[in-house]
Amino acid sequence: MTAQADDELWSAIGDPSRRRVLDLLVSNGEVSASWLAGRVPFSRQAVSKHLVVLEEARLVSRRKQGREVLYQVEADRLDQATRAMAGLAAQWDRRLDVIKGLAEAAHEEAKVKRRR
Amino acid sequence: MAGLVIEREVLIEAPAEVVWRTITEPDQMSRWFADRVDLVVAPGAHGYMQFGDQGGPVVVESVDPPTRFSFRWNHPRQEEPAAGNSMLVEFTLTPEGDERTRLRVVESGHELRDWPDEEKQRYADEHRDGWAEFLQRLAGVLAQPSR
Repeated sequence: MTAQADDELWSAIGDPSRRRVLDLLVSNGEVSASWLAGRVPFSRQAVSKHLVVLEEARLVSRRKQGREVLYQVEADRLDQATRAMAGLAAQWDRRLDVIKGLAEAAHEEAKVKRRR
Repeated sequence: MAGLVIEREVLIEAPAEVVWRTITEPDQMSRWFADRVDLVVAPGAHGYMQFGDQGGPVVVESVDPPTRFSFRWNHPRQEEPAAGNSMLVEFTLTPEGDERTRLRVVESGHELRDWPDEEKQRYADEHRDGWAEFLQRLAGVLAQPSR
């Protein structure tokens, strides 16, 4: 029951355009919305909307420098997302392992019974 | 489909019918999934799963023995589960010979209901650059000492 709490986070990263914005922020450090808009195939308005969503999911933070607003990625939060994702995958691996054990044991037992 | 997607699989040395019983019978489910499972395995059936002192509703989506079983969970208690407010868990069983079964599970959810169609299409197109790869790649970049 872990995913629900991070609804905002999953939604934020689930969008390919926002992943693109995040990608640019990760590889270029602190940049402005206009700089980002020059490097993506969507409008300046769309970039601003994506930045708002990313900020709400705490994946991105902003800072004013003179007349410019600069955005940067929140590495800790991104790291948290990576770990949560790996955790969910590991949880399913464990469950599948138990299913495998149970099914194989049941199958073995049935085979032994048939032989008797 | 957008949001969170997790895909895992395992190869089991048992026929699909045996694997099917393991994943669908409530007393078996309580051994690999929740601590307590109250569930009738029929399409549309509402059930409940208990995990320690937490629990939540489950709704069965499809039951197609012995190849497909899916349910929704993790939705808010007062709401009907649907795309957008819940996680969909889909099991697919593929026989590989008489006594071997490939079991695949996909957990997905938190689809964005307000997405324009072109965005959804773009997501589908970019699906190969999935989520897990994306996060791993970013984590790799972040881990580099100088950037």
